[in-house]
Amino acid sequence: MNIDDFKPMTVYTIYIASTPEKVWEALTSSEFSRKYFFGNSVEVDLRVGGAYIVRTPDGALHISGEVVECAAPRKLTVTFNVNWPELIEKLGPTLVTYEIEQAGEAVRLTMTESHDRILDDDILSGGRQGWPAILSSLKSLLETGQPLTVKMAPPQQMLAALRKMGIKTP
Amino acid sequence: MLKPEFVYVTYIETTPEKLWHALTDGDFTERYWFGARLRSDWKVGSSFEMVRSDGTVSDAGKVVEVDPPRRLAYTFVNLSDKYKNEFPALATFVLEPYGKLVKLTLTHEGFAEDSKFYSGISKGWPAILSSLKSLLETGQPLEIPYAALKFEN
Repeated sequence: MNIDDFKPMTVYTIYIASTPEKVWEALTSSEFSRKYFFGNSVEVDLRVGGAYIVRTPDGALHISGEVVECAAPRKLTVTFNVNWPELIEKLGPTLVTYEIEQAGEAVRLTMTESHDRILDDDILSGGRQGWPAILSSLKSLLETGQPLTVKMAPPQQMLAALRKMGIKTP
Repeated sequence: MLKPEFVYVTYIETTPEKLWHALTDGDFTERYWFGARLRSDWKVGSSFEMVRSDGTVSDAGKVVEVDPPRRLAYTFVNLSDKYKNEFPALATFVLEPYGKLVKLTLTHEGFAEDSKFYSGISKGWPAILSSLKSLLETGQPLEIPYAALKFEN
């Protein structure tokens, strides 16, 4: 896998009253992620080649990947593959990059979701629906101590598009 | 090729009425919008201006849609020489109650394919709307210097 083959398809930038170290911890800590990531837990072995996984609240493996770039507290790139049968075969791997920069008294967090082939907007709609909610909640949690309660319906447009491609969705 | 369009979604712990006020009240916008006061009587067809702290107007356009506290739309373009060949593009704010939150969706569209103004607003909006969210949730806007946005010249 060559990361130069991947093109950004969804980018979301948010500014947070925090420090780069705290934002890094929020993105990589299991306990912290559970509070803002729809109850999902991030488990990551922070070295290139280390495992990156996301478990659902009941402990099931939801996303599996590995660390591609790791420069705490500035940049983390991981493969981010949803664990549904045939998804990776049909869509290819997903790459997620977090960039963390100081911007005055705030921190700029930029999330980039990249793919090695062109995917249509229906497929990308799932991430485009989820990322703003996840990262808005992360910001609230870091700034106020409380995450947001975002009750989100499943991304129907994406699920329908995946089923049409023969990918088995839950 | 599709013309560029900028879409930004954020979720804010507030009410639609407070968010509407935050988007339309010049005293409030000055606190989170890099010091810009929005000036308009918010009637469809009226003028819309962004006013700097020294009283000069940085951006201008027209009000297109006003449906409080649900939808607000206006056009504007920055008046500096850098954007002298550009025309006003349409910014539409949609405010939706979402449990105890409000989902805010901004769509900014109607740019020329090679618009420099588009590249400017794409960097500006995340900072402005992040600061707005902080101000409504914590009482404090973000301290982001304009230079930190890394605009291209």
